[in-house]
Amino acid sequence: MKTATRLTDALLYLDGVTVSFDGFKALNDLSLVVEEGELRTIIGPNGAGKTTMMDVVTGKTRPDSGEVFFRGTADLSRLDEAEIANLGIGRKFQRPTVFENLTVLENLELALAGSRGTWKTLFAHLTSERRDRIAATLARIGLGEQSGQPAGALSHGQKQWLEIGMLLIHDRTLLLLDEPVAGMTDRETEATAELILDLAKDRSIVVVEHDMAFVRSLGARVTVLHEGSVLAEGSIDHVQNHQRVIEVYLGR
Amino acid sequence: MPALSGGQHKSAWSPGFWAAFVICAMVLVLAVPLLNSWVPKDSSAALPDYLVPLLGKYLCYALLALSLDLIWGYAGILSLGHGAFFALGGYCMGMYLMRQIGTRGVYGNPLLPDFMVFLNWKELPWFWWGFDHFAYAAAMVVLVPGLLALVFGWLAFRSRVTGVYLSIITQAMTYALMLAFFRNDMGFGGNNGMTDYKDILGWDVHQPSTRLGLYIASVMALGLGYICCRFITTSKLGRVLLALRDAEGRLRFLGYSVTNAKLLVFTVSAVLAGIAGALYVPQVGIINPSEFSPGNSIEIAIWVSVGGRGTLVGAIVGAVLVNSAKTWLTGAAPETWLFVLGALFVVTTLVFPRGIVGLLRRPIRIRAQAAAPVPAGEQA
Repeated sequence: MKTATRLTDALLYLDGVTVSFDGFKALNDLSLVVEEGELRTIIGPNGAGKTTMMDVVTGKTRPDSGEVFFRGTADLSRLDEAEIANLGIGRKFQRPTVFENLTVLENLELALAGSRGTWKTLFAHLTSERRDRIAATLARIGLGEQSGQPAGALSHGQKQWLEIGMLLIHDRTLLLLDEPVAGMTDRETEATAELILDLAKDRSIVVVEHDMAFVRSLGARVTVLHEGSVLAEGSIDHVQNHQRVIEVYLGR
Repeated sequence: MPALSGGQHKSAWSPGFWAAFVICAMVLVLAVPLLNSWVPKDSSAALPDYLVPLLGKYLCYALLALSLDLIWGYAGILSLGHGAFFALGGYCMGMYLMRQIGTRGVYGNPLLPDFMVFLNWKELPWFWWGFDHFAYAAAMVVLVPGLLALVFGWLAFRSRVTGVYLSIITQAMTYALMLAFFRNDMGFGGNNGMTDYKDILGWDVHQPSTRLGLYIASVMALGLGYICCRFITTSKLGRVLLALRDAEGRLRFLGYSVTNAKLLVFTVSAVLAGIAGALYVPQVGIINPSEFSPGNSIEIAIWVSVGGRGTLVGAIVGAVLVNSAKTWLTGAAPETWLFVLGALFVVTTLVFPRGIVGLLRRPIRIRAQAAAPVPAGEQA
């Protein structure tokens, strides 16, 4: 690790980030700070830049300008996806993406924290301690009985849970969840909110969501994005009564 | 918890597997010499001498198909230029065999192969040095295809060239090599290639006993190649490969280097293909640039898909069956072969996409797969 000066004490620090695609500014001078241990929800209309923000943080998209730092020292705009993942930033996509031809157990095995070196994976074997962690995670996401099934055979909700389980088992410091309850039943949504609150006890989580009832149930600080920058920030009641937010959401 | 649990699948190396493996190997190693040399020549059970190198050739093709299945069936990398690695291995062996001719060539030059004398070359080009030693040639058989795959793969995988684009550039690679090797001044015998071999490691290549030896060497290479591929595909790396075949981007976000994983199997695969080529050349007695032709490489993919992708055994079965059919049909009705080959590929893709072995295995896995959608990798 190089001894760069710590710019900030925040876990995730975005300052003046701009990303444009063919002239369209997906992110426009976006600044956002997430503290260690914080649970943060991000809302915003379609095209507000929520997914692009996650792409920038996880290395999928390089910002045109601006700074992105993790723990104040790691410059995320210079690292690739795998390197960022290994720093401890996990991401769950909007559409559940699990490895359909692998079993539930094997999906978790790949996600399990540990060496990612190609040679090491060739000679890897699972210790009983690691197997216990997989079993514990399976129990926590309620997929114990499905452990031997190909992940492709799971229901939509189960796939979402498996994906959360994969983030869980990787020991990430920061989880980015893109619409974790999209397409879930009310019951599944409720259970997911509980799971996220439980997870938030020992890590930082950023949730991007449309479902306002779900956002309310998380009871966390809310950031509203609009046209690539922050429009408002505060408690759910604060932003819901915010004049500009109402205009943007309801039209002028 | 299911039986398969992390690291090496326990079931992959069960006593049952080893028993089946040893039985197959023993049958292949013992049956051919037995029927060829010990059964009286006039008996109907006798295996005629000409069939021994033919069977050896099939086994080389099987190893080649196996090498393609490792990357195509598991990592989703459809190389349509795998014939190039096979041919390069073959050329390395061909160069050794040419140097063994010595003064027995038409021109009797102790140092230069006939084609160089014919082209009025005065000295041996630097890249031919050392090929009179078998150990050096054997090392080159591994190194030349391996290094080409490493460099080519590094460039392609680092730039995230995947799918059909990768297939196209592998075709371009083998085509470029074919054109290069056709040129006389490349120093590899031009369009005639290299032939008229005399002996290998001191044994006359035309002797039935040498041919039996080469056949047995092919069986052993295939067996070791199979174990090597099985080791990789049943390791955690094997699961990483399946994962990247189905959702490459997702795997990156889990912190795995997709580039390195692909590069490792691509290189191993090229080395296996090179070894197959090196064993092929002394058994067929010639190597020429047509081995680089794009059509040859496409044919390998057909063997694999007919046998069953992502099964390893299927590649072996497919290569042997398709080539047996080819030998028979090109004798019986030569003009129909290409149509049959094309039809075979279409029928396999449409009717049984899992190939012969996949079809046989299906009843066992049907329960687990019943609700699963068709794997993304299944569509080529």
